[in-house]
Amino acid sequence: MSVLIVTEHLRGQVRPITLELVSAAKELEEETSIAVIAKDPAAIADQVDVEGVAEIVGVKVEQDEFESDVYLQAVEQLISDRSPDVVLVGFTVNGMGFAPALAAKLGIGFASDVFALRRDGGDLVVERSFYGSKVNAEVEFPGHKRVLLMIRPTSWAPAEGDGAAVEAGLEASISGSRARHLDFQEVAAAGDVDITTADFLLSVGRGVGEKENLGQFEGLADKMGATLSVSRPLVDQGWMPSSRQVGQSGKTVKPKVYLALGISGAVQHLAGMKTSGTIIAVNTDPEAAIFNVAHYGAVADLFEVAEELEKLY
Amino acid sequence: MKQVAVLGDEVEFTEDERDVDPDYLDFALNEWDSYATEEALRLVEAAGSGEVVVVSVGDEDAEDAMRRCLAMGADRGIRVEAEAQLDPIQVARALAEVIQSESPDLVFAGVQSSDSVQAATGGALAGLLDMPSVAVVTKIELGDGKATANRELEGGLVDVVEVDTPALLTIQTGINEPRYATLRAIKQAEEKEIDVRQPGDLGEPGYRVRKMFVPPKGEGAEMLNGGAAEVAQRIKEIVQERMA
Repeated sequence: MSVLIVTEHLRGQVRPITLELVSAAKELEEETSIAVIAKDPAAIADQVDVEGVAEIVGVKVEQDEFESDVYLQAVEQLISDRSPDVVLVGFTVNGMGFAPALAAKLGIGFASDVFALRRDGGDLVVERSFYGSKVNAEVEFPGHKRVLLMIRPTSWAPAEGDGAAVEAGLEASISGSRARHLDFQEVAAAGDVDITTADFLLSVGRGVGEKENLGQFEGLADKMGATLSVSRPLVDQGWMPSSRQVGQSGKTVKPKVYLALGISGAVQHLAGMKTSGTIIAVNTDPEAAIFNVAHYGAVADLFEVAEELEKLY
Repeated sequence: MKQVAVLGDEVEFTEDERDVDPDYLDFALNEWDSYATEEALRLVEAAGSGEVVVVSVGDEDAEDAMRRCLAMGADRGIRVEAEAQLDPIQVARALAEVIQSESPDLVFAGVQSSDSVQAATGGALAGLLDMPSVAVVTKIELGDGKATANRELEGGLVDVVEVDTPALLTIQTGINEPRYATLRAIKQAEEKEIDVRQPGDLGEPGYRVRKMFVPPKGEGAEMLNGGAAEVAQRIKEIVQERMA
């Protein structure tokens, strides 16, 4: 049995998800290869030579940065060459760019947003959520000898420790790239505030309901000595700049105290704040996922709690 | 596009424990798909001509969500009949036949559905159709035989991509502000055509659910009881203690 991991890198740096994939692979205790698809794989290989990796396979391509067609073709050829039983890819924007297409094309087993995996006898069993994270499920792959899994970021700690991987190469034949990287742009550079350095974040979400209600929470944050941050829906609505957004597509934060008011706790939000020192969550829905990561929770109306807090400060 | 299931506060499972009892579910248009529909409408409006066709896989109830898109302004709908819960790869197989018969210039799909969060149907469809694709798009500019698309990476970085068209793009929330349908448009949408087709061979699913269960929750979360005033008082105490 063997595992193939696809490295994710950007501007020459390996993304944290890649080392998390190595940790995920360790759960299976199977021979693990890690593929580095890059213009100069050797320049990146060192970063993935950690404990648990048996082999690093460099795949030299013309592109420096991720392009979906390149990864699609390279990983298809890697699979055909290495015959892994399990292929691990991050449940990330790059992963989404090629992994589902590859799984569909090859007709192999596939599951995404996976946060737990194990062998049950010989069968691979993984866990993922359904119904807006309110329900978890054990998922199996009957009839599939090969399975591609997209792994939820921050589900495992990054693998560490010096590795002693064998370095190998694969000559891939890439027939062209129909979606080409042109440029990177930073979104909303700097902004008015850096939420990643704040010790105390008061974070609000969809529960505020209307833009007009935001002022109340800006005022409360001021009074409490907190910095105001928000969840994605408020940025999508254009009510707050993305520099204030906590979550996978926004900023990852780790304040001493994270006070979440009216945030249900989408997976992508939790990934950006779950390592905060103390998490306090107020939500009217007792089943809200935010309570799964909170240290303190209250099933209450955020406006009522906000009014009472204002009286206390 | 997809009609998504919304689970309330209570849940019961089916007898085989492989799914939630449908009695506990409400249904709605997937949030991502309203952005995808809006983006398609805007591009057609800017071009001055063209057609927006919404395609979904599901049973007759799924037409409620399709009518929402038609009320926004989409021209017609195609529903591929499916009773059972399908995995994203099977859904993509069902969609692929329809897309091939329509030969669209662009195919949009929501990045993911709010209920299952697989983020896979659009990508799988691109794979089956061998179509160029860009995932998690927050901006599109159309050119001649190609388009420029912004791909939203993690941590607030944007990747600007040039993609050959026809192409499949998965659309991220926030790309635009989806329009509200007027009452009149909602009425008119009732009259719009939804063509129902039978799926071909959907093949094997990519996975099978062995067992669903309620996640262990509130581990370590101490619940603060009492009214808003008591909760606020406790929050203040906790904040003071932790910030000290």
